[in-house]
Amino acid sequence: MATTSVPQVLSPGGVLAGRLRASGGARGPWMQAAHRTLRNPMGAFGVTVVMLLAFAAIFAPLISPFNPIEQHPGSELVPPNGIYLLGTDNLGRDLLSRIIFGSRSSLLIGVVAVGLGAGFGILTGLAAGYFGGAVDSVIMRIYDALLSFPAILLGIGVVSVLGSGPLSVAYALAVATVPNFARLMRSRVLTEREREYVVAAKCIGAQPGRIMKNHVLPNAIAPLIIQISLSMGFAILAESALTFLGLGTKPPDPSWGGMLNESRAYLRTSPSFGIFPGVALALLLLGLNFLTDALRDALDPRRTNV
Amino acid sequence: MLAFVIRRLVQAVPVIFLATIGVFLLLHLLPGDPAILMAGADASPQLVETVRKDMGLDEPLPYQYVVWLGHIAHGDFGRSVFSKLPVAQLIGQRAPATIELAVAGEILTILIALPLGVLAAVRQRTPADYIISAGTSLGLAVPNFWLGILLILLFAVTLGWLPPGQRGDLMKDPVAELKFLILPAFTLALPQAMNLSRLTKASVLEMLYEDHVRTARAKGLANTAVVTGHVLRNALVPIVTVICLDIGRLLGGALVVETIFAWPGLGTLTLSAVGNRDYQIVQASLLLLVGVFVVVNLIADLSYGFLDPRIRFAAGRR
Repeated sequence: MATTSVPQVLSPGGVLAGRLRASGGARGPWMQAAHRTLRNPMGAFGVTVVMLLAFAAIFAPLISPFNPIEQHPGSELVPPNGIYLLGTDNLGRDLLSRIIFGSRSSLLIGVVAVGLGAGFGILTGLAAGYFGGAVDSVIMRIYDALLSFPAILLGIGVVSVLGSGPLSVAYALAVATVPNFARLMRSRVLTEREREYVVAAKCIGAQPGRIMKNHVLPNAIAPLIIQISLSMGFAILAESALTFLGLGTKPPDPSWGGMLNESRAYLRTSPSFGIFPGVALALLLLGLNFLTDALRDALDPRRTNV
Repeated sequence: MLAFVIRRLVQAVPVIFLATIGVFLLLHLLPGDPAILMAGADASPQLVETVRKDMGLDEPLPYQYVVWLGHIAHGDFGRSVFSKLPVAQLIGQRAPATIELAVAGEILTILIALPLGVLAAVRQRTPADYIISAGTSLGLAVPNFWLGILLILLFAVTLGWLPPGQRGDLMKDPVAELKFLILPAFTLALPQAMNLSRLTKASVLEMLYEDHVRTARAKGLANTAVVTGHVLRNALVPIVTVICLDIGRLLGGALVVETIFAWPGLGTLTLSAVGNRDYQIVQASLLLLVGVFVVVNLIADLSYGFLDPRIRFAAGRR
C-alpha cells in the first residue's frame, strides 16, 4: 500500500494510529491488519483455503490427473481407487479432475459478480450519499425494491430473461450484491461528509469528485474489504445453488452445483459422487466465512484491542 | 403507534410498485417478440397476431402495465402457455405444499436455534459454547442442497428410515406425511437455525449483564427464572423480528429444497416453468413470493415497534 495514502486513511483516527505505530514499529496499518488476520487461526485457515482453491483454479490443467470432460467407458461410477482418486461419475469422468476444474466456475462467477456489484454499488452509493435529496431517494428506493427479492428469485428472474448460463448467473448475483455495497458506501459518505477535514477540503475549493476519491473512499476501504469477502461467500453459495437448479454453468463443463445435481440419480450406487463436490464447496465457503470473521476482527478498530 | 404503522405502510408502497414493474418488464425484456413467446415458437403468423390482439401486446407499454396490474388485482394471472390452465389455479394447487414445508421449516428453525443460542450464551466460554459455535460455523458453510443430499444418503439410502422424496397428504395420513416432511423441513431449517442461534446468543449475551438482570439475581430468583423471565423476554425483540424476516428467506430456500426432494410446491412449478419458457407462471410466482416477502418485512418492522415501545415513540415524535 502506498505510504501517501496512510495519512488520509488515518486522519479521523489519529489516536488509534499513534497506538498502532507505538506497538508495531514502522509498519503501516494495512500491513498490521494483514498480520493480525494471518495470526488469527481462523484467518490463517481462511486465507490458506482460498489461496489453495484459487491456485487449483488457475493451474487446473497442470494439476488435474485427467481431462475433466473425457469419458472413460467401462469405469462409470467407480468408487475412489488408485487411478481415480475420488472415483468417477455416471459417464466415467474423473471426479477429482472435475472438482479441480469446477473451482473455476465458482471462483470466476464469484469474482465477476462481486466485482460488478461492488463497482456499481460503490459509485451509486457515493452519489446517493453525497448529493442526497431526490438522487438519494430514487437510488435507495430502487435498491430497497431489489432487496425485497430473495437472491434465488432474483437469479431465476434474471436467468429467465438472459437465458441460463454462467454469465447470466454472474449478472444476477451482481444485481443481488449491489444494494449492500451501495448502502455501505452511502452510510460512510453520510458520516464522513460531516467531518471537519472534509469541510476543510470543501473550503479550499475541492470538487465533489476529488473529495469522494481522496477522502471518503479511503475511509471506507476497511468495511468494503469485509463486505467483499462476505459477498464472495454469498455469491459462490448462490452460484452453486443456481447451477444446481440447472440455471448456471451447462454440462459437460464441470461445476460443483451441477455435479451435485447430477449425483442425485446415483446416490444409491455411488455415494462418493454426491459427497466430494459438496466437500469442496463447503470447504471454500467455510474458508471465506472464517476469513470474513478474521478480517472483521483485524480491521474494526473497536475490536483490535479486545 | 398508528402513525408508526402508517409511515411503514407508506414506505412499502414504492417497493411493491417497483417490484411489479420489474416483474411486468420481465416478459418484455426477453429477447424476441412477446407475442411469439406466448403463442409458442412454432405458432402460425395468424395465431401470433391473434395472441398479440388478445393480450393487448400492440398497445403502448405503460397502458399494458396498467391493464396487467388491473388483472392481477382481480386475481387473474393469465393462462399457462404450456398446460393451458389458468395460472391462478396452478399456483393454488401447488401453494399448500410450499406453505406446509415453510411452516415446518420455521418451527424446526425455532426449536433448534433458540435452545442452542441461549445455552451458548449462558454457558459462554465453556466447552458447550465452543461446540455450538464451531457447529454453527460449520452449518453455515454447508449449502442446503448438499445437506439435502447428505441427509438422503444417510436416512434414506443407508438406514432406509425415511423416504428420499415426494409428498403425502397431511390431512389423510399425518404420520406418513411427517415422514415425508421431516428431511426437507430439516434441510430448509438448518442454515436458518445456525444464523438465528448466533443472533440469539448475541442478543441474550447483551441482556445477561444488564442492571435489571442483576437485580433479579440479587433478590434471589432461581437461574432458570432469571433467564426465562428477565433475560429471554427482553432478548426476544430482535429475535422475533429476524424470525419474521426468515419466512421470506425460507421461501427462497424452499425453491432449492423442493427440487432436491421432488416436493410438488411452487419452487418446482416455477423452475419447470423457466425450463418450458412458461413466463406467465414465472411472473405470477415471482410476484407472489415478492409480495409475501414485502408483507413479511413489514410485519417484522411493525413487530419491532410493537415489542419495543422506544422505537414506536421515537417514530411518532419525528
